[in-house]
Amino acid sequence: MTESTGDHEGDQTTANDETDGGTRVTSDSVDGALADIETKGVAGYNYAYLDEHTKREVRRAMLKAVAIPGHQVPYASRPMPLARGWGTGGIQASLSLLGPTDTFKVIDQGADESVNAANIRRLAADTADVETTTDTTAADVIQSRHRIPEEVLTDEQRLVLQVPITDALRKVDSSDAANRRRHAHRNYGKMWVHLYENVVEYGEINIASRYPTMVAGRYLMDPSPIPRWDVPKLDDADHLTILAAGREARIYAVPPHTSVEPLAFEDRTFTVERFPEEACDACGSTDTYLVEVSSEDEGTFETRYACNDASFCAKRREDPALTKDHHHDRAGVDWGPGTPNTDAGGETE
Amino acid sequence: MTLLDAAGLQTIYGSGCSECLTTTGNRAGTNQCEHCGSVVACANADLRVESGEVLGIVGESGSGKSSLAETLALERDPEATVAGEVAYAGHDGNLLDVDYQTRHALRTGEIAFVHQHIRDGLELEFTGGGNVAEKLLAAGWRSYEAVRERVRELFEATEIPPARMDDPTRTYSGGMQRRVQIARALATDPELVILDEPTTGLDVSVQARVLDMFRRVQREENVAAVVVSHDLGVVRLLADRTLVMRHGRIVESGLTDRIMEDPHHEYTQTLINSVL
Repeated sequence: MTESTGDHEGDQTTANDETDGGTRVTSDSVDGALADIETKGVAGYNYAYLDEHTKREVRRAMLKAVAIPGHQVPYASRPMPLARGWGTGGIQASLSLLGPTDTFKVIDQGADESVNAANIRRLAADTADVETTTDTTAADVIQSRHRIPEEVLTDEQRLVLQVPITDALRKVDSSDAANRRRHAHRNYGKMWVHLYENVVEYGEINIASRYPTMVAGRYLMDPSPIPRWDVPKLDDADHLTILAAGREARIYAVPPHTSVEPLAFEDRTFTVERFPEEACDACGSTDTYLVEVSSEDEGTFETRYACNDASFCAKRREDPALTKDHHHDRAGVDWGPGTPNTDAGGETE
Repeated sequence: MTLLDAAGLQTIYGSGCSECLTTTGNRAGTNQCEHCGSVVACANADLRVESGEVLGIVGESGSGKSSLAETLALERDPEATVAGEVAYAGHDGNLLDVDYQTRHALRTGEIAFVHQHIRDGLELEFTGGGNVAEKLLAAGWRSYEAVRERVRELFEATEIPPARMDDPTRTYSGGMQRRVQIARALATDPELVILDEPTTGLDVSVQARVLDMFRRVQREENVAAVVVSHDLGVVRLLADRTLVMRHGRIVESGLTDRIMEDPHHEYTQTLINSVL
């Protein structure tokens, strides 16, 4: 089930047996060419797919993004061997970060097994010669779409989030030029009106994902489509978060130990998703982000809840008492809402 | 106490040349420079506003009233070249030279502007309440209930039915939209409100009610105002003192009653005689 490093070792008869000029593939048929790549590997590509100049440029953008937390830094997003909008920004950031001693994990909506995640992982394994894993605690670089893992990331780890829409303000004004001016002047009145009208309409702030968030008290950031559940994890985190958008060619970052504050009113505070009375159907967790899973069985329609983070759910099935910070040497670094073993807590909503 | 003291205000659209000021103005009978083609929207304008006082500016269309009002309201038109000195009580230096942050703070706190065109001043897709709340939120209000309470208070003061507070502004009538603009302008208790043609597009009975409302609120709050209008009736009703403009120059100024009863300048006489 878990696609770990073992699966890829066969493909990695790479650069060593080809000298130069890349992999020669038969041009007679598509099937033949694909078979050649399967057997001969993808030699001839530069290390980590991207050429050195590109990686350097992406790294520069990342450094600038770290220097100005929350600010969107433009970079020359390259065409990648998958469609824009499918994580091209995330891959470029990951491939620029990865080195041969790194271990790489890719998740898509919490799952390691989705086709997109598996393909991205395989590209990195084939071209960057990295180990891959599904275990959050074993990874050096984690590329993710729409989730931050349940297990607390450490200061050794880097999280790369794929971002479809970079500007939180686009929700209230479609003009990027006007929004850049607003960012420059820290003028977020319009977003506040959006929140105000949200409360008028629903009685609370009802924004499911892309929750507008102030970074280091200066820039308003779109934290990519992570659920509200994950937003507090970014605040004063140990790890570095890089947010990269391929289609929009922008990179921004939340450096370690940076304040990340969701916009909210004093008397209408930020709330995370609530799962009253629900527990994961597979592992019984009540302190994780749950999703509804529907199944139809002999005409009866059944809805169950399950952990969204598949890797952590598998661990919990083996050890139901496992905490989210079990791998940390100091206690009390649990993150995320509703963690039951924080004694002061009872925070479970 | 003098709230605002402006000297030598000048707004020029176009490249401008050394002849601009001598070839335009009331005597020349035009506001376009014959040498370089630039339009001198206003020039050599001196004016003063005392706190709590209403200053009227009248003149025909194109006489430079709106340009003058926009300059005072710290609106910035990138196509215009603006010069002059504006001193403002409690503020050091020339108000026209302030950086963005100071200008933003002044415009959300002390100097409010009611635009001639509703679209420039309001976000029609927002609710009426949201438009007023924007001013408060930009000024740093962070309690939802307090914002809500203040918006309701302003709706009542400007005679907009509070029941319509949460409807999109585009569904409001013209008179209500005008009131929302005034409510928004008054939201943060400014010292000075500048109204550019506050009655444009309103029928006569609604005009009268909007003006009555503004006059009442202006007196209650003791806020100073600059009212720009082509309509002598509006200025007669609201203003303590009046300036008359033509071809980008102030041709006459004085107490409103004096201007209306005893106009000195030939153009003012024509203007007053031409009232229907």
